[in-house]
Amino acid sequence: MEIIPFFSIILFLSSPKNPFLDHTHTHHSGKLEISFMEFGATSRKKNKMVNGNQKFRTEITALVVDDDTTNRTIHRRLLQNLGIENQEVRNGKEAIDIHSSGRNFDLILMDMDMPIMNGIEATKQLRAMGIRSTIVGVSTRSMEEKVQEFMEAGLDDYQEKPLTSAKLISILHKMNHNGSV
Amino acid sequence: MTTACKGFLDEQFLQLEELQDDANPNFVEEVVTLYYRDSARLILNIEQALERNPLDFNKLDSLMHQFKGSSSSIGAKKVKAECTLFREYCRAGNGEGCIRTFQQLKKEYATLKKKLEAYFQLARQVGPAETACRPK
Repeated sequence: MEIIPFFSIILFLSSPKNPFLDHTHTHHSGKLEISFMEFGATSRKKNKMVNGNQKFRTEITALVVDDDTTNRTIHRRLLQNLGIENQEVRNGKEAIDIHSSGRNFDLILMDMDMPIMNGIEATKQLRAMGIRSTIVGVSTRSMEEKVQEFMEAGLDDYQEKPLTSAKLISILHKMNHNGSV
Repeated sequence: MTTACKGFLDEQFLQLEELQDDANPNFVEEVVTLYYRDSARLILNIEQALERNPLDFNKLDSLMHQFKGSSSSIGAKKVKAECTLFREYCRAGNGEGCIRTFQQLKKEYATLKKKLEAYFQLARQVGPAETACRPK
């Protein structure tokens, strides 16, 4: 008796017309999903999967500090895309004020050049206040000395603008690795 | 349209497209609209600064730094290149170079705006899956 190859059974069961398949299931670029465990998987819609199969903790909170509206919008959407609850302020002083009011964040994305109080000053003050959050400097400045000064103010990391999902993910990796969250 | 997009926009624009989904269906257009709204003010400030005599190169450089930042956030490749050139002229104290470059920058800025408007209009017609700038 001929043994039907296991693979062809799976291909049949995975085909779009199969009534047993959960029809919320999406196919990516023509590839057939052949895992039985993904039948009925609606989690894909809720927790957007980024970078293959990695899902990130969604209990992380973040604060975006930037004077530019376009940048704030993009950074917030990047964070939201990774399931990170987030807020925004427009300069270093507002960042200090929000912490003074008692709010705390796991991650702070700090722009360098801002009016009223810049990122370097704000970072120094936050550290002086005892804030131990992960502070990542985000700027278009590529000059060594400015970046160095920024790092010395108390940053945990520095990323050059524009921010991308990949850069954010590498930040989160470091946070998980250091256990600082 | 794809070729035109290639020259005017870089990978950062693709990053913005990737952030668009069912919950945020007009994200790219929203960001681009914000950019043009805010940068209009910056351009005006730069224009006014360029009318001063003598030119304050530090101020010009600072304004252009801001403008370059948001231009690179939306992937405006050519505009960004002109910003870089402008800042080089600032550092060299070359007023004529600044003025010349700024004229070119405004042209690129306006051209990009038209292309993006056409792109968004097309996207609205054919639906999000078939936008012209997106690679297959």
